[in-house]
Amino acid sequence: MKLHEYQARDILAKYGIPVTGGGVASTPAEARAIAEQIGGRVVVKAQVFVGGRGKAGGVKLADTPEQAEQVASQILGMDIKGLTVEKVLVADAITYEREIYLGVVMDRASKRIVLMASAEGGVEIEEVAKTNPDAIVKVAAHPTLGLQPFQARELAFGIGLTDGKQARQFAAIATALYKAYMDTDASLAEINPLVVLPGGALQALDSKIVLDDSALFRHTDLEAMRDSSDEPEAERQAREAGITFIKLDGDIGCMVNGAGLAMATMDVVKLYGGEPANFLDIGGGAGKDKVKAALQIILADPNVKAVMFNIFGGITRVDEVAKGIIAALDEVKTDVPMVARLVGTNEEAGRKLLAESVLIPAESLADAAQKAVAAARAR
Amino acid sequence: MSILVDKNTRLLVQGITGNEGTFHSRAMLAYGTNIVAGVTPGRGGQMAVDGKVPVFNTVKEAVRATQANASIIYVPASLNATDSITEAAEAGVPLIVCISEGVPANDMVAAYEIVREHGVRLIGPNCPGLLTPAQAKVGIIPGNIAIPGPVGVVSKSGTLTYEAVDALTKLGLGQTTIVGIGGDPIIGTSFVDVLELFEADADTKAIVLIGEIGGRAEVDAAEYIKAHVTKPVVSFIAGQTAPPGKRMGHAGAIISGGEGTAQEKIAALEAVGVKVAKLPTDIAQLVKESLV
Repeated sequence: MKLHEYQARDILAKYGIPVTGGGVASTPAEARAIAEQIGGRVVVKAQVFVGGRGKAGGVKLADTPEQAEQVASQILGMDIKGLTVEKVLVADAITYEREIYLGVVMDRASKRIVLMASAEGGVEIEEVAKTNPDAIVKVAAHPTLGLQPFQARELAFGIGLTDGKQARQFAAIATALYKAYMDTDASLAEINPLVVLPGGALQALDSKIVLDDSALFRHTDLEAMRDSSDEPEAERQAREAGITFIKLDGDIGCMVNGAGLAMATMDVVKLYGGEPANFLDIGGGAGKDKVKAALQIILADPNVKAVMFNIFGGITRVDEVAKGIIAALDEVKTDVPMVARLVGTNEEAGRKLLAESVLIPAESLADAAQKAVAAARAR
Repeated sequence: MSILVDKNTRLLVQGITGNEGTFHSRAMLAYGTNIVAGVTPGRGGQMAVDGKVPVFNTVKEAVRATQANASIIYVPASLNATDSITEAAEAGVPLIVCISEGVPANDMVAAYEIVREHGVRLIGPNCPGLLTPAQAKVGIIPGNIAIPGPVGVVSKSGTLTYEAVDALTKLGLGQTTIVGIGGDPIIGTSFVDVLELFEADADTKAIVLIGEIGGRAEVDAAEYIKAHVTKPVVSFIAGQTAPPGKRMGHAGAIISGGEGTAQEKIAALEAVGVKVAKLPTDIAQLVKESLV
């Protein structure tokens, strides 16, 4: 789950990281009020989950509160890469000497949490990695003890902060960012840019936090910060039901257990000339309620001309899936043809339950895909 | 022969009295797996799974009383599955298999380190476990789809593995051992670890490697195969038609070295002589051809 810039900023502030002041506005009048409080030059920044908002015109300076109001009215409601701007951050426009990058991220390869810093801040770190990889300094936090003070110092000196006071402040910010990352169960926490002010002090100008969805169950406060405004309705419903769902452009609705098999099912549908309407993984051990919710989500898509169930039961019990399909069909009246390929744990019981239904049985994945493609074409 | 689990596996089930623990313990017992103990804190002294398995409060007690040499974890992530992993590691259980899905990734960093420090092996989390046909089922892989034979199977995915194994069996190609390593960001055992074991296992004549998009484990596997694997390897990579999106922030991609597309992985594997199937069901035929 992604947090907005202002949400990340507020979290970092709690950990003692110096951030820019200001507040969030949903209307031009609110933006003006915040600018009046700040008194002076402000920057108005669109709060959307896409990169490159500055280039798209989503970040503007304003010298007066009146100008802030005017600029906010331009940015609010603006479309940036398909997302509508609902909120703007109004912050003091500070002058600075240079920009630094600092990030904390999970590194799969080393199985460690890695801190990265670069003297080349302000640009996307992946660009730096491509053009000048030596400019990125990395340290891996100790896996059980956490980030050690000497590691934070290594980062500071590694990016060439030779002034003792400045290096100490950088190390303190790195330590605080690491702590924020761990406490929030993030998968990414970055400050970009971290700027050097004219006096040499450091301040976070923009920040980003991505949370690990698997850990949200123990962070109800963070879950409450979720902005679902740019999340399609079907995906929101799926998420709330504990299903992974991604809408696609085709006409064959797919319900599969397991992400790997779900992707492979899409590959096979496409191979037989069909186009999947979605990626849908009901997860491991899905019960009847989840299956029912998943089928309702699939059938809500008007493009769907056929539905294909591909369930290979391990922890998922085929009879539970069958019960879910039956329960859903009781509630959702539909004439969309459905092909079912259900094998694995409790397969016999599941088949018996579905024998009376309208489902078209299939023996294999290829068989199911071919039947689903044919059924969709016939409509 | 086989790898990791066999007739001599003395299995301990952590979370044995939960719904999943009980259901799958019953299936493992029915398959013939030697389950010697279960652990559920506060249920010590009871008998679980239809009165067949003694329950202990801690893993240490269970190991002391039963000499369990492998543990399987069905404890849900919300009840702290990583605590179960570290408990088993501290008790010195040499093989720990964690089925639980949705384990917070940062928790796995410390848990993996503790596993490593104790020199024990972790499979998973978020994996279907292992199956050595006709010997031991340690996990949730349906036993009826597998038969003993010469093919070693290693996979990131759960259900996609069943698909491939089912097709192998239907062609009469049995398996030495099937290992589901899981697809989480941090897992205890990698493709490379399992490739090493299959290469050393005399009965394994061919290896099936099933991967998916994300990360670079398949690319690492390709490099390892080039340098160390003499047996034929057949692969399938899921997600060839997956649209981009729903991936982690770009900073993760940098350290992991690329985005991990199916195309990039297939190219790396094909470059070292691995036959990559277009469909999961084609894997079996390619294995058959490679064994001729």
